[in-house]
Amino acid sequence: MTETTYMKPLPEASPDTLPFWKSLQDGKLRIQACSACGKLRHYPRQVCPYCYSMEHKWVEAKGTGTIHSWTTAHHAFHPGFKGELPYTLLTVDLAEGVRMQAQARGIAAGKLKIGLPVKVAFEIATRDLTLPVFVSA
Amino acid sequence: MSLKAKGAVTGVGDTRYSKNSGKSVTTLQMEASLAAIRDAGLDPKEIDGIIVYGNMAVVAEDFITNFGIADLRFSAVTPLGGASAVASVQCAIAAISAGICNHVLIPLGRNGSSGAGGRIGSRVREMPQFRTIGEFEMPMGAIAPAQLYAPMARRHMELYGTTSRQLAEIAVSTRHNAILNGNAMMTKPLTVEDHQASRMISDPLRLYDCSLESDGACAIVVSSAERANDMAQPRVQVLSVAEAHPDSPSAITQRPDMTRLGIAKAAPRAFEMAGVTHKDIQVAEIYDCFTYIVMCQLEDLGFCKKGEGGPFVASGAIKLGGKLPINTHGGLLSQAHMAGLNHVVELVRQLRGEAGKAQVKDAKLGLVTGYGDMGDGTVAIMARG
Repeated sequence: MTETTYMKPLPEASPDTLPFWKSLQDGKLRIQACSACGKLRHYPRQVCPYCYSMEHKWVEAKGTGTIHSWTTAHHAFHPGFKGELPYTLLTVDLAEGVRMQAQARGIAAGKLKIGLPVKVAFEIATRDLTLPVFVSA
Repeated sequence: MSLKAKGAVTGVGDTRYSKNSGKSVTTLQMEASLAAIRDAGLDPKEIDGIIVYGNMAVVAEDFITNFGIADLRFSAVTPLGGASAVASVQCAIAAISAGICNHVLIPLGRNGSSGAGGRIGSRVREMPQFRTIGEFEMPMGAIAPAQLYAPMARRHMELYGTTSRQLAEIAVSTRHNAILNGNAMMTKPLTVEDHQASRMISDPLRLYDCSLESDGACAIVVSSAERANDMAQPRVQVLSVAEAHPDSPSAITQRPDMTRLGIAKAAPRAFEMAGVTHKDIQVAEIYDCFTYIVMCQLEDLGFCKKGEGGPFVASGAIKLGGKLPINTHGGLLSQAHMAGLNHVVELVRQLRGEAGKAQVKDAKLGLVTGYGDMGDGTVAIMARG
């Protein structure tokens, strides 16, 4: 797929978030860790809400987690998603104690439940964008 | 000092609500604002404070120009989405109590159905509150509020056994009230079966769990409680008002407890400031972008325990004649989506005894809430007299 045919919204990365998106292209899920107190956080932010340090590093997450909640979309609110209805969005508690959202792949609707183990996989969307998805663990 | 009983809503006004107003948003807001100012018995030039809605479709300068206001002393913007209307009431009373101005106009109007800004899926992407979502969730397909909020409802269902039929009771009761109101977009009765047969938007939210997209405007005037004594209408005092933000206000997925909204923090403050209890509330206008959000707010306000919202709404408590009639105008679900300012207008009419066929008998004390985007919450308690 080329960028000219990619119809979905693209993330507008900032210098604060670019490492997250770059990592995905390398098949890695990375999250911020405070350089001062070590606490992990996601989505990326500028300041550690625990100790207010502005220094952080990017650490690789295991990529495993459990389902916190979900929804299955039956209506496309953006033309880019019309072709893949219905699709399921998972809210996942990562093993590192932070949450993220991504689409489910290959998990039957009847299997969805809180606590279901999942793991991250990576899908190439465009030359410059790889998106995380979750599959059964 | 607190804002307890310092302010009053002294004027209310609205336009017709429709799918296609054929008018500009500025025209709609001027029309509703003139109606509210007239209702308050004021001359438009007496407005010396204006608080506009966060999308800034119309700004204070437009009102200065149109009304020929010589000395506007206070202007502000409330960017809390659907929590903005009640947040504006707090902001207005704070400015009035500080002696900055006397009569604050709070207008809200939109061509949310027909407008050039597009429907909700494209509109929210322009809102600063959606910036985090825009980068980390919209690319995955979580585009619109229905998709962002559905996981809250799903988790509530999984944890507490809440059902879609219970959510339907909110839609059905709200539709009933809209029909009584007379100025509502939805005019046909709705049953639980109709709700259950409506198409799935974002599981578990069906079409009739979702609010409308509307054209129209409404407006209120806020003045000091003292001045309100000598104004045109029976006084409706704001006994208390409070604003709160949830933990993780930029993304619902990051909320420590996904079933708890910002209003859970504001509610105890509002009840304490007003010096009233839940049993005293005779009518409540609860922000209803989605049925689930109504049920969750009823829990977070303390009208029932967390997890018991489903049985509470299905018990008939929220219907006219029930122990807590809610959304007596038809709300965002069936009257029009005026981002909750129509809820403030309706509460004032209820407390004045002007609510027509949906009038709650002898309503003297009521409550109104706002809910914004990723869970901001506002609540005001108002009383006649």
